Amino acid sequence: MTGSKLRKRLTDVFLNILTAVLALAWASLIIWAVVVSFRPESEPLGRGDVWFGHSVTFANYLKAWSLAPFGIYYRNTIIIVGMILIAQVITITLAGFAFAHYRFKGKKWLFFFILLQLMIPAAALLVPNFSTIRKLGLFDTTLAVALPYFGSAFGTFLMRQAFLEVPRDLVDAGVMDGCSWWQLLWHVYLPPAMPTLVAFALSSISWHWNEFLWPLVVTLTERSRPLTIGLVRFTQLGEIGARWPLLAAATITVIAPLFLLFLVFQKQFIRSFLHSGLK
Amino acid sequence: MSLASKSLTPASRKGPSWLPYLLISPTLVIVLVFTAWPTVQAIYTSFFRQYLNIAKFRTPTFVGLENYKTLLTSPDFHEVLRNTAIYVVGTVPTSIVLAFLFALLVNRTVKGIGLARLAFFYPTILPMVSAATIWMFFFTPDYGLFNTALRALGYHGPQNWLGNPHLALLAVMIVAVWKNAGYLMIFYLAGLQNLPTDVFEAASIDGASWWTQLWKIAFPLLRRTTLFVSTIAIIDAFQVVDHIFVLTQGGPSQSSSVLLYYLWQVRFEDQNVGLASALTVVLIVIMLSITVTNFVLSEREGA
Repeated sequence: MTGSKLRKRLTDVFLNILTAVLALAWASLIIWAVVVSFRPESEPLGRGDVWFGHSVTFANYLKAWSLAPFGIYYRNTIIIVGMILIAQVITITLAGFAFAHYRFKGKKWLFFFILLQLMIPAAALLVPNFSTIRKLGLFDTTLAVALPYFGSAFGTFLMRQAFLEVPRDLVDAGVMDGCSWWQLLWHVYLPPAMPTLVAFALSSISWHWNEFLWPLVVTLTERSRPLTIGLVRFTQLGEIGARWPLLAAATITVIAPLFLLFLVFQKQFIRSFLHSGLK
Repeated sequence: MSLASKSLTPASRKGPSWLPYLLISPTLVIVLVFTAWPTVQAIYTSFFRQYLNIAKFRTPTFVGLENYKTLLTSPDFHEVLRNTAIYVVGTVPTSIVLAFLFALLVNRTVKGIGLARLAFFYPTILPMVSAATIWMFFFTPDYGLFNTALRALGYHGPQNWLGNPHLALLAVMIVAVWKNAGYLMIFYLAGLQNLPTDVFEAASIDGASWWTQLWKIAFPLLRRTTLFVSTIAIIDAFQVVDHIFVLTQGGPSQSSSVLLYYLWQVRFEDQNVGLASALTVVLIVIMLSITVTNFVLSEREGA
């Protein structure tokens, strides 16, 4: 009995150490970035000397912001993420409602057609979508970055599932009372489906805040470039070279809002990512 | 009374017959314009030769299967295919095993375990390009932390990972694993928390070790989670190349270029629209076979 207890004890200690080592290894990147971004540039990083310098400074942030228009990149990212969010919330709610509530000709096939978006990820369609954006005259606009995401198969699917779980009796009562379709949607269907909508919204925000390849292709100037593109251009500026404190400051600039949001709403974020496995 | 208790069928839900079509139309239009139409368009243009940077080839000419033949004989494409295979086979199982391990480790009630969970998960919400920017420092020769850590472990091999044709792809893969493992972890964590605890209690009483409980009980019970997680991981491996733009630009000499990155190069650097379209078709076929396979498998597992 004591033998197995001892073994369990040792296993626990081993697992704790393993957890600590791995967690530290994973966290070291963000810790390093934060530390270096506040470190005076005049104190170069040397072998082994990677902790805070003699003083903490905001100079790197000021310098980074003066070298690239991060303010404009912020504005563009917020516009893009905002446009997508508003459009998606409306389109997935309406479509999810139609598929959950009504019976209509071709319903099955139309639903399947929409699911096509899940089967062929947008990344693969970069080239033809780029030429569509050009033909629409939207090249180098924030709208071009956002437009392909205005409808979401996954969101439609999620909302349909959530609406189907609304008790039948409740819906029938609403119909009997003579509710119009939007009253039914607003008062009967939507309230219990709110958690699903919020979960979808959170993952949409973080997915589009972080997107890189599509905006890279359809943007050309500062008037439409989001933060991710701005950061990569910044790292490639001639005067940046290997000035790590500036790079770290720029990186933290891009990460910060979403990261803070995540720290506050950790549980909701994780739940939303769980729900949106296929993005 | 009897009328009220009778449930209405969807057919009896009144409204103009065109209403449902109107409600789904925005979503339909987006899928039509940005998924269905471009798929058709890519197939069509893949039969044409068109270079945007060469005056006499600017207007498309029909060339049949020439673009596909070019791909088959192109050493670049072969290298890229090989890299893609290495990338997928190298990152996907590694991320999944780490994800399962992380989930097990943080699924215990120990003080401070929330911090560990946070440490594993936070890369998920970072943009891949920011993660890659930080990693760039870690890979820096001489004073990068990665090499410092490796030296501490007794490794004295080449240090310039990003500039070394034998290591660049590996470096890119390491970043992908670091970024993805924590994301996949949450699915296992949810799976573990849904497992019936009495099975483990019974096993514990029977004296089964932690290890046995793990491999003989938990892992088999999480088969569906593993299937789901594998699909996400494989699709991600094909569609996320952001870090390559930051770390290696596909180099040195194509050694770290994978399919989607190569597609970008062919279209936006070489301006070769026909070949890029043929590559798009290849990518679509791969993506479709993954998603359809997953669909069939999960149907068989029973929804």
